[in-house]
Amino acid sequence: MHSQKLLESLVGLLILLATIMLALLAFKVSGLTNFLPAPSFHVNAAFNDIGGLKVKAPVKMSGVQIGEVTRITLDSVTYKAIVTMRIGNDFNDIPDDSSAGIYTAGLLGDNYVALTPMYSKSYLKDGSQIEFTHSAMILEKLIGQLIYKLSGDQHATSEK
Amino acid sequence: MINALQSLGRMGLNRLKSLGQAGILLYRVLFCLPNIRKGFPLVVQQIYFEGVLSLSIIVVASLFIGMVLALQGYHTLAKFGALAQLGPLVALSVTRELGPVVTAILFAGRAGSAVTAEISLMKATEQLSSMEMMAVDPVRYVISPRFWGGLITVPMLTIIFNMVAIYGAYLVGVKWLGLDAGVFWSNMQSSVEWHSDVLNGLLKSLVFGAAVSWVAVTQGYFAAPSSAGIASATTRSVVYASLLVLGLDFIMTAMMIGAW
Repeated sequence: MHSQKLLESLVGLLILLATIMLALLAFKVSGLTNFLPAPSFHVNAAFNDIGGLKVKAPVKMSGVQIGEVTRITLDSVTYKAIVTMRIGNDFNDIPDDSSAGIYTAGLLGDNYVALTPMYSKSYLKDGSQIEFTHSAMILEKLIGQLIYKLSGDQHATSEK
Repeated sequence: MINALQSLGRMGLNRLKSLGQAGILLYRVLFCLPNIRKGFPLVVQQIYFEGVLSLSIIVVASLFIGMVLALQGYHTLAKFGALAQLGPLVALSVTRELGPVVTAILFAGRAGSAVTAEISLMKATEQLSSMEMMAVDPVRYVISPRFWGGLITVPMLTIIFNMVAIYGAYLVGVKWLGLDAGVFWSNMQSSVEWHSDVLNGLLKSLVFGAAVSWVAVTQGYFAAPSSAGIASATTRSVVYASLLVLGLDFIMTAMMIGAW
C-alpha cells in the first residue's frame, strides 16, 4: 500500500496531464481561437448569389486570409444576400472601392470571399459597404448556359 | 408446458429484480454522498488505482490506434488524391468515436474487472457484512468511492487517448509518410469543431464512465459469494460494460447528430 501522499501526487500528475492534453486538444486540434477574438472591424457586401458560402468561411486578399464571414442574411427589399465579414485590424488600409467576389477553393472545395484592391485613397472601416461584388459561379448555371448555347447553334445550323 | 412458462416468468422476474437492485444501488451511490472530508481521500485512492495505473495501456493502445488509422487513411486517401484530408479524418474519427468508445472498453477490461473482483471478494469473505456490523455503510465506504473514481477517471483518460492518438497519426503521416505538417494541422483545425466534436466526445465518455463503473460495482456487490460467483461476476462485468458502451454510443451519436 502506497502512502496517501505519494498517491495523491500521482493523481495530481494525472489531472495535470489531462488538463494539458485538453488544452492541446482545444488549441492545436480544434483550432479554438475565438476565446479572445483579435481586434477587428466588420464590413458588409451585397451579393446577387452567394452559392454555397457559409458562416466562418475565410475572407482572403491575394490568397492571404484576412478575416472570416460572420453573418449571412437576406435583404428583404432588394432580395440580395448581405454578407457581413470580420476583418482583422491589421488590415485597416484596404481601399474602400475594392471589389468582393465569391470563389471556390479547388474544383470541389468550399467557397470563400476574395477581396480585390483598387486605388481609392480612403479605406474600409467598421460598418462600411463594399459596392462592387461578383456573385458566386454556379456550375449548374454555367452548364445550363453552355447546353442552351450548343443546342441554339444546332438549331441555327439545321435551319440553314 | 406450464413448467416452461413458469420458468420463463421466473427468469423475467429475476432479471427485473436485479435491475431494480442495481437501480437502488445507483441511487444510493449518487444521492447518499459520503462526508466530503472522509470520502475525498478514498476517491483519490480509487482515481490512482483506476486512472494512473490504466494510463500505460491507454497510452500504448491510443498510440497504435492513431498510427494505424493514419496508415490506412493515407493509402485510401491517396487513391482519391485527397491526402490533405488525413488530419481531419484521424482527428474526427478519434475525437468523435474511437476515443470515448475504445477508452471505455479498455477501462472496463483494465479497471472495471478489478473493481468487480475486489468487491465480490470482499463480499465472499464477508468483509462487507462485517462493515455493516460495525455500523460502517459499505455503500458509502466501498462502493461510492469506486463509482465516483471511475466517473472522474474515464473522461481524463479519453482526453489523453485523443491527443496521443492524434500525435501517433502525426508521427506516421508526417514523419514517416512525408505529408506536410502545416497541411496536416491546419486542415484538422479548420474541420474539427470545439463544441460539436471535442466536447460531445467528452460528454459521451462521461456517460460511458458512469455506465462502466455502475456495471462494475453492481456486479461486484450482488455477486454470488463463492469462487465461481467471483469468476462469473468478473466476466459479466466486462461483457455487460462493453456491450452497454457500444449500445449507448449508438443512441448518443444518434441524439447528437439529430438534435444538437
